[in-house]
Amino acid sequence: MLFASTGAYGFQSVPPVGEPEMVPIEAGFYSPLYISPDGEQEEWVAPFFLDIDPVTNAQFLDFVVSNPRWLRSSLSPLFGEASYLSHWAGDTDLGLAHPDQPVINVSWFAAKAYARWKGNRLPTIAEWEYAASAGKLSPIGTDEEGFRSRILNLTTQPQPSSLPVVGSSTPNYWGVRDLHGLVWEWVSDFNSALVTGESRADASLERKLFCGAGVVGASDFTDYAAFMRFAFRGSLSASYGGSNLGFRTAKSISP
Amino acid sequence: MKTLATFGWKLLFSTVLVATLSLTACQTETLSGEEQGVLTTAPTVPAAITRNHPTKVIIELETTEEVKRLADGVEYTFWTFGGEVPGKFIRVREGDLVEFHLNNHPTSKMPHNIDLHAVTGPGGGAASSFTAPGKGTTFSFTATNPGLYVYHCATAPVGMHVANGMYGLILVEPKEGLPPVDKEYYVMQSEFYTGGQYGDAGLQPFDMSKALLETPDYVVFNGSVGSMTGDNAITAEVGDRIRLYVGNGGPNLVSSFHVIGEIFDLVYTEGGTIPNQKNVQTTLVPAGGSAIVEFTVDVPGTFILVDHSIFRAFNKGALGMLTVHGDENEAIYSGLQEETVYLPEGGGVQEIQADTPPAPVAQTKQERMEAGARVYAANCAACHQPAGEGISGAFPPLAGSDYLLDDPTRAIGTIVNGLSGEITVNGETYNGVMPGVRLSNEDVANVLTFVLNSFGNSDGEVTPADVARVKSSH
Repeated sequence: MLFASTGAYGFQSVPPVGEPEMVPIEAGFYSPLYISPDGEQEEWVAPFFLDIDPVTNAQFLDFVVSNPRWLRSSLSPLFGEASYLSHWAGDTDLGLAHPDQPVINVSWFAAKAYARWKGNRLPTIAEWEYAASAGKLSPIGTDEEGFRSRILNLTTQPQPSSLPVVGSSTPNYWGVRDLHGLVWEWVSDFNSALVTGESRADASLERKLFCGAGVVGASDFTDYAAFMRFAFRGSLSASYGGSNLGFRTAKSISP
Repeated sequence: MKTLATFGWKLLFSTVLVATLSLTACQTETLSGEEQGVLTTAPTVPAAITRNHPTKVIIELETTEEVKRLADGVEYTFWTFGGEVPGKFIRVREGDLVEFHLNNHPTSKMPHNIDLHAVTGPGGGAASSFTAPGKGTTFSFTATNPGLYVYHCATAPVGMHVANGMYGLILVEPKEGLPPVDKEYYVMQSEFYTGGQYGDAGLQPFDMSKALLETPDYVVFNGSVGSMTGDNAITAEVGDRIRLYVGNGGPNLVSSFHVIGEIFDLVYTEGGTIPNQKNVQTTLVPAGGSAIVEFTVDVPGTFILVDHSIFRAFNKGALGMLTVHGDENEAIYSGLQEETVYLPEGGGVQEIQADTPPAPVAQTKQERMEAGARVYAANCAACHQPAGEGISGAFPPLAGSDYLLDDPTRAIGTIVNGLSGEITVNGETYNGVMPGVRLSNEDVANVLTFVLNSFGNSDGEVTPADVARVKSSH
């Protein structure tokens, strides 16, 4: 009988064998932080599945073992930087990295490839933000008191020297865990979050896509955590990896 | 014969060529050389620049996010330039070409950039320095304008990046340099908005609602409470000329900067390049701005740096110290010269236990009138006038007053208790207030007797016994 390992905070981490890894997210409306001039205040998000937890070192290890061109030593520099899986001891040796910690130091290309290997894909910004805007008891987190400041505190807590294992936080309304405060997460359309370096003058950039300056044009300028996520995504490029950047996968629900 | 078309054009061309070359050779502000910029941590500043030409300066600045002390027992996750709040002090010369390298430590969670107010260009550099964790960016700018400038992070949400400590100062010395002084120091004021209140222990989170309301829990110099007090005080010797480069990172408050016990001999208002004011006690430092102040210390002691919005100094931490050692100068400041007992007189009636003769008592009507005249002059004449004529509409007359003469006993009550409300005197209505006059029975009797026998009034006498009767019946 395979017992799941216990997370650092006493919660069960990796779902036990036989339990689902993904949960369905119902369709709904999502209010983008930056609204394009010809766009709507609210975007419709079709129903989809989302991983309960971010992808772990152990899961990613399975992937690179089955797909050797994604091993650290064989990866083309086009698809990842020198930091790719640098926290592992070797190509297939986790070393000191815990199997249930979220996998980090992976590029967008690698995350996409993993998702495709699982028969899934990366979530879009709209899907990710929509799922992340849920509170504990309702799909609309801002209905709950202190939601914004709780999310802000989670997002800005200092980077621990060793990341906790996945699944340590309580699930939100949808049953999804660790959306805030564990790692930043890749999304499929990260580079459409068009925050330039000049966060006060983004209005002049790419008017077709976004009209957002740091404040002017944003739908909710009290949502600092969202600003940070969008700013962070804007700083990325597809081959980039980071010690606080992981991902989870999604899957469309076909009608 | 040669025409202008051939000979003249060559001459013109040569003249122009020589003139241009001469002008070029006269330029002294030619960029030459390269050097690594020296950055310092507050309160120290890099040494004054001695070169007399602009150069290329390479600046490398790292952004980090780390938990550090905000006050005793209080910690905060600071976002920093160079590992400290405020960020490192940068010192360049007017005309320098600065090659700026911004590196974001891989343990940072946030991307960062930099807006230097000394930069002329989009975002002050922020548009070209957006740096993800574990990355570095480079951009260059010419320091076209001298002055003392703030720099800060400008990544969204900008208010939070600044509120968490991402600011510092860059000094662009004018071409001719600044006049030499004995001591230069770097002081930067800023606020912190924490989830808990001032002094609440532990790691405090950023509180956005307080930042929006502009109600900080901490207002500090150089990034923490006590950063410049006690052993951390800045120091000088008596006679030193001191220059303070004062910045204000905000994010919200304007500072009223003052050094207790000192007067600024020179102020470069708002960090500009003209020492445009002398003899200033308190100067304003705008949020996202600076000021340069100079003063000579003449006496030893501890001089407290404050934001003179005083609750910030004593209740939120905006307090620093300048300790000056050296000889006293009692002419300028004597210190305590004398200490005495001081007993104010208070409300108690003082008496000398000596034999004082009793006040004379009028024995006859004539004596009463004479004594009463004195009482009248001292107490009644101001309103009822020296000849008893009063002031029409304000103070009723006493001369030939039907109100008085109809009932002299009533007049006793008027003097003793006062009178208000509407009365008619000699056909005219008066509706004022006469306050009761605290006089002895003797004096009331005397003054009434005087009035009844003066100003054309024919006769009458009032005795102290009459007055006593009225007083006791009240």
